[in-house]
Amino acid sequence: MSAIVSVKDVNKTYDGGFEALKSVSLDIDEGEVLALLGPNGAGKTTLISIICGIATASSGRVTVGGHDTVDAYREARKLIGLVPQEINLEPFETVMNTVSFSRGLFGKGRDDAHLERILRDLTLWDKKDTQIKELSGGMKRRVLIAKALSHEPKVLFLDEPTAGVDVELRRDMWETMKDLKSHGVTIILTTHYIEEAEMMADRIGIIAKGEIKLVREKDALMDELGKKQLVIELAEQAMGIPESLSDYGLSLVDGGHEVIYHYDSRKERTGIIRLLNDLQSAGLQMSDVRTEQSSLEDIFVDLTKGEAR
Amino acid sequence: MTAMNLTAVKAIYVFEMKRTFRTLLQSVVAPVMSTSLYFVVFGAAIGSRIDQVEGVSYGAFIVPGLIMLTVLTQSVTNAAFGIYFPKFIGTIYELLSAPASFLEITAGYVLAAATKSFAIGLIILGTAFFFVDLNILHPLWMLTFFVLTCLSFSLLGFIIGIWAGNFEQLQLVPLLVLQPLIFLGGAFYSVSMLPDFWQTVTYFNPVVYLVSGFRWSFYGLADVPIGLSLFAILAFTGICIGVIWLIFKTGWRLRD
Ligand SMILES: Nc1ncnc2c1ncn2[C@@H]1O[C@H](COP(=O)(O)OP(=O)(O)O)[C@@H](O)[C@H]1O
Ligand SMILES: [Mg+2]
Repeated sequence: MSAIVSVKDVNKTYDGGFEALKSVSLDIDEGEVLALLGPNGAGKTTLISIICGIATASSGRVTVGGHDTVDAYREARKLIGLVPQEINLEPFETVMNTVSFSRGLFGKGRDDAHLERILRDLTLWDKKDTQIKELSGGMKRRVLIAKALSHEPKVLFLDEPTAGVDVELRRDMWETMKDLKSHGVTIILTTHYIEEAEMMADRIGIIAKGEIKLVREKDALMDELGKKQLVIELAEQAMGIPESLSDYGLSLVDGGHEVIYHYDSRKERTGIIRLLNDLQSAGLQMSDVRTEQSSLEDIFVDLTKGEAR
Repeated sequence: MTAMNLTAVKAIYVFEMKRTFRTLLQSVVAPVMSTSLYFVVFGAAIGSRIDQVEGVSYGAFIVPGLIMLTVLTQSVTNAAFGIYFPKFIGTIYELLSAPASFLEITAGYVLAAATKSFAIGLIILGTAFFFVDLNILHPLWMLTFFVLTCLSFSLLGFIIGIWAGNFEQLQLVPLLVLQPLIFLGGAFYSVSMLPDFWQTVTYFNPVVYLVSGFRWSFYGLADVPIGLSLFAILAFTGICIGVIWLIFKTGWRLRD
């Protein structure tokens, strides 16, 4: 697969002197879903803004579909759809007006059937003649998506698409994304909902303090960095962790019915066997044992710990 | 460079015109009514007591200037608001990320603003016939000056809209800059009626050339040669386009 978006050594220093991006390089493959995960202020929106032409990079180069986003901005931008983080919409326009405006702005001829399909998919068809100011927040977010899809982009940027959105809409959006992906659209979404990255992404990039910390296949990331935990169910309720086991860093949960032990699955010695023996010696009877992979959330917290302050 | 994105120009133009029609009352009726009041007060009431100016009744003499006054203000405020609003509510992101050049974006907004002020000017011209005896000696020249004024001052308004950081600035500049230029631009008098010193000062006012040229196309009376008027307005248009080109090139007040 070839890179449809290529970011090379991009720096961004805002007018005030703040360094929002520090030598960011990133290749995004055609057809993939890439989640950019990072805390607030990490530079996610800045990066997207530079790729889309809303902000200018202080240095570095970006290409989309092989076209330089500065020298060949027309060709590059035609390929891009952007759903911005903020709900920026003209309050007095109707849904249909604003969506067909977007299509025209991106140089595409009128296509009523296409717009109808998009509005129906996003359950906006009934609202097509409604003024935007009368829509709920979630509906407005859908309008932004409809605008971005109106000109049939090959690359779709979703900047925190599900922030402040209800569960139903979030699920709908995930469906929409899957559908777009199946049609070969490349999707880049930023989020700080781990659940979202975990569910949607093929690859995950972690950005903090203006730097890309890593970009990995989601599964590989999970395996590579995944800490595991061992959950030991006790036959009888325990009142506390015996003194002899204090070195293991155990925690007692579920009202004293379960003991949890964290270990690193990549290490040669996990300490599991020794722990089980020691538990036995301490007189704790086990009824069951299971392992759990820690969520990406923990990975994320680990990686950005000490970064965002 | 690929061909111009004319679809984008059209999209902006149509979008802006729809906005105009949605607010028809305030955008068209109000300026037409206030100008008609000028006709009544200056033309009919006061004008009947003032001598003719260079062979033209005062009521008729001020019509071209009054139309210019409205068209100028309308062009500036319409275009300024047209581009300020997307900046204000944040929808400018879409314009900045669109595959459209500065020329196309500017053309869309400026043509829409110019169309609107042209229509208003036309209505006012029609209304003027009810109040005063008008004849237009050079209709084609009249149209040329009319259209050029709409375009060039919409360009100026577009620049003001990009520059403006808040609503006060958006409203203050047309008021503070345009009103004096217009009132001291010979809309209500012939420049030759002024003392020598003030005549000289007046020639630094671009509006003088507009009003003079426009009035000439009605009555054949001009304060400055017609060629100079035409040159002045073309130069002014050129400067505005240059400034806008610079703004988009540097991203001033538009891009971080
Ligand atoms: N226009 C601006 N001027 C100055 N600083 C900015 C501007 N926009 C964003 N920043 C700063 O750049 C950093 C990154 O912001 P942003 O890209 O919005 O982060 P994210 O989207 O990851 O939350 C933040 O510290 C923010 O305060
Ligand atoms: Mg952001």
